[in-house]
Amino acid sequence: MSTVLEHVACPFCGCVCDDIAVEVDGGRVLKVKRACTSGQGVFMEYDPSPRLPRVRGAEVDWEVAVAEAAAILDASDSPLIYGLSSSASEAQRKAVALADRLGAVIDSTSSVCHGPTGLAMQAVGEPTCTLGEVRDRADVLVFWGCNPDQSHLRHLARYSANARGALTPNGRGDRTVYVVDVRETGTAKKADHFLQVAPGCDYEVLTTLRLLVQGGEPDVDVVGGIPVADLTELVERLKACRYGVFFMGMGLTMTAARQLNVAELFTLVAELNAFARCSVIPMRGHGNVTGADQVLTWTSGYPFAVSYARGYPQFSPGEFSAVDMLARRAADAALILASDPGAHFPRAAAAVLEEIPTIVLDHGPSVTAGHATVLFPTAAYGVDAAGTAYRMDNVPIPLSQVIETGRPTDEDILGRLIEAVRP
Amino acid sequence: MMLGIVGGRVYDPCNGRDGEVADVWVKDGRVVEAAAIDRERAEIVDAAGLVVMPGGVEIHSHLVGAKVNSGRKLRPEDHRGNERVRAGAFRSGVGGTVPTTYVSGYLYSEMGYTTIMEAATAPLVARHTHEELEDMPNLDKGVFITMGNNHFIMQAVSEGRPEMARDYVAWLLKATKGYAIKLVNPGGVENWKWGKNVSELDDPVIGYEGVTPRKIVETLAWVNEELGLPHVPHIHGINLGRSTSARTTVETMKTLAGRRAHYCHLQFLSYGEGPRHVNKGEAAAVAAAVNADPAMTVDVGQIVFGQATTMTSDGPLQYSLHQTAGGRWMNDDVESESGGGIVPITYKRTNPVNATMWRTGLEIFLLVEDPWRVFLTTDHPNGGRFTSYPQVIRLLMDRAYREETFAGIHARARKGALLPELEREYSLYDIAVITRAGPARALGLERKGHLGVGADADIAIYAEQDDKEAMFAKPRYVFKDGVLVARDGVLVAEVPGRTFYVAPPYDPAIEDEIRAYFERAYTVAYENYAVLAGDVAGAEPVACG
Ligand SMILES: [Zn+2]
Repeated sequence: MSTVLEHVACPFCGCVCDDIAVEVDGGRVLKVKRACTSGQGVFMEYDPSPRLPRVRGAEVDWEVAVAEAAAILDASDSPLIYGLSSSASEAQRKAVALADRLGAVIDSTSSVCHGPTGLAMQAVGEPTCTLGEVRDRADVLVFWGCNPDQSHLRHLARYSANARGALTPNGRGDRTVYVVDVRETGTAKKADHFLQVAPGCDYEVLTTLRLLVQGGEPDVDVVGGIPVADLTELVERLKACRYGVFFMGMGLTMTAARQLNVAELFTLVAELNAFARCSVIPMRGHGNVTGADQVLTWTSGYPFAVSYARGYPQFSPGEFSAVDMLARRAADAALILASDPGAHFPRAAAAVLEEIPTIVLDHGPSVTAGHATVLFPTAAYGVDAAGTAYRMDNVPIPLSQVIETGRPTDEDILGRLIEAVRP
Repeated sequence: MMLGIVGGRVYDPCNGRDGEVADVWVKDGRVVEAAAIDRERAEIVDAAGLVVMPGGVEIHSHLVGAKVNSGRKLRPEDHRGNERVRAGAFRSGVGGTVPTTYVSGYLYSEMGYTTIMEAATAPLVARHTHEELEDMPNLDKGVFITMGNNHFIMQAVSEGRPEMARDYVAWLLKATKGYAIKLVNPGGVENWKWGKNVSELDDPVIGYEGVTPRKIVETLAWVNEELGLPHVPHIHGINLGRSTSARTTVETMKTLAGRRAHYCHLQFLSYGEGPRHVNKGEAAAVAAAVNADPAMTVDVGQIVFGQATTMTSDGPLQYSLHQTAGGRWMNDDVESESGGGIVPITYKRTNPVNATMWRTGLEIFLLVEDPWRVFLTTDHPNGGRFTSYPQVIRLLMDRAYREETFAGIHARARKGALLPELEREYSLYDIAVITRAGPARALGLERKGHLGVGADADIAIYAEQDDKEAMFAKPRYVFKDGVLVARDGVLVAEVPGRTFYVAPPYDPAIEDEIRAYFERAYTVAYENYAVLAGDVAGAEPVACG
């Protein structure tokens, strides 16, 4: 007999859509409704078969694996804990506790996506809102350097461009949508206005927008490939809007001026509030990368790239960020939590992961897991483990356990490691 | 586990004890009669000559949750130099104006406090607040839920259906595992989402026919009484910081005349028009209104010179602070419910506005006659850090110190000040009232704030000193539920805390209405909104009615 579970939250991306229906039978997912194709994959492609941990490729029982992992951490002078963003906040809290105990460096995937967004926020603040405010109020949307049409498949329908809300009963018809990007993305094709910025020129466009908001007149006709007349039109539209919202992505954080781009955008949004209400929401990628920032901040004071080596938290992106720790060979062991840096990091950093002992907690196969010294096949939060994930707008959503597999959670294993390492 | 604290001078205002020498006996975490103790097996603490008080009870502090965590993230510079090193199994972290959760728990503990109330959480992010509370040990806790700009409530007010608001509030408190109704700039935060605010109690709330700040306050006060909540409506009124605040504060108090209510961080709401854009302190007028109505309680929100981080659910206030102070600004509009903002600030004795705020806070403390109705807060971290409480206690107890500090503040803030004329000095008994007995009573926490039989064995023991700041900064012993958690101001044990919440009964028919409302009003499913008791470590319901 199959059962249909309603209101299930999908842990795939920062949208954390919680209207999914999942049909299950005997510990297997049969059907998934309302999820996007990525979300379908989370549930349908999950392999729930029981697995044992491995030490250097050989299956062992859980106690042996925990002892082996603890021995690696105890022998390490400079352990690195990395990943976090596809795990639940309950496990992230344990990961930070373990880092504190070990004097480790801990970093999340934030450092390779929206790390610069965090630095910009620290520099200038951040006027933001929840996604429901976007749905209910926003009449002008600007997507800058992000492409939810590809990356966050239900974003436009559920929360932004097409969503129907209290003051936007006609959805898309009640909104004007702009896209600023270096190429005409799928999102751009769906926008009312596409402003094509020359690669690496976002900062000067943002500065020009700030100038225009203040009533200044640029002495050029084109900035960063965009006619000033188009930028003027955008500014006029924003100054007269009911509620404007910017979404920004890695087109700003990972190009040229990075955090300076983002700080310029956040400042622009702040300054627009003298004329009309405006907010900005970073388009966060992984299901619970926002939770990783939250948990690290409430326990250490800093959102990512934290070292506990001196017995207290220190924050230094570029130094304690995982890519830099590895590329500098500053880490002599690594614990990777629900992430695949072996596949995604620059070669110089990924190569080091193949040389040093690694402990990997993951619910599925990955390049990093393939090289693990100790591999813990844990449960997947939102599928066979319950937990909490923070949506891109910092709203916490409960993840359900839709099937039972008996696999331990990341939280269980990290808790056992905290007990097993030297005090 | 049995414990005897013998021979101390006990300050236990709830039980009328004003420094009399007495023994306090503890068994299994509670205060018991001497007869219940086998003295051979009890651990004895010699308290001869020491001052014994109940553990401190914090009635209003911003310690955890979405807004506080944004403040932590915003201020790396505030953390540096305030680090706390890991000691054994005790966690490391950072202090400063927005400490990390473990450090907040440890610092309160080391200061003799054992219970805290988180002053403002938007319902939608209550789950986050509870996650952080779980990581804040050594304290019993409660959470105030912001409701003054809640769409469902304003709709009920608009339709003239207060009983619908009542049932919804009951449902909401249960769903968020909240402890009390909090109002923040009622109506003004909703209007801020339209780029506006309210400035009078009868100003309209945009989109809600007939709804005004006054009607929201009146309705929620009525709801609070109907539900028999242990605390009263906890009110941050309109016009905070503005030159009209004293007038509208008194008007709000008169609106609720004779009904129980708590007005928080009153200092920030006690100003009139002054010369050269410096507000005039109106402590006398506001304190007179407090003195006139025995049903109300207040806390002061004293400012302390130095670093602070302003963070409130009052979005338009934070924006105007940003415009005045410049620099970094956080804003967060929360769908259907609330909002908020953050602006870092430094209070300087040489700044006439800051200095006026400083002396106005002290004037309120000294002009409100009944210590049972005025409580010690700095509205942490808005007015200053909670770790400044010993300094504020010294200002209240030591007139010479107060005068010396007053002499050093900006001349324009000294002009017209009442402070030099106020000779009153708080006694140890008064301090026990404003930091323990009074807040516990106002919160309706029957096992807190006293040392009578049945009380939780939360006990702070001090060595009396002339310098009251030094005395209260480092208690000799602090017990939480009978466990020694700090000694000479240093943490010695970590224990879990309770989370108090209320779950008043309501007409279950409201759930269908709320479910239908969720379809329209929220991006989160009704089924995923509620925080379950099992999600909250140490959850303990407190009776209503
Ligand atoms: Zn407050």
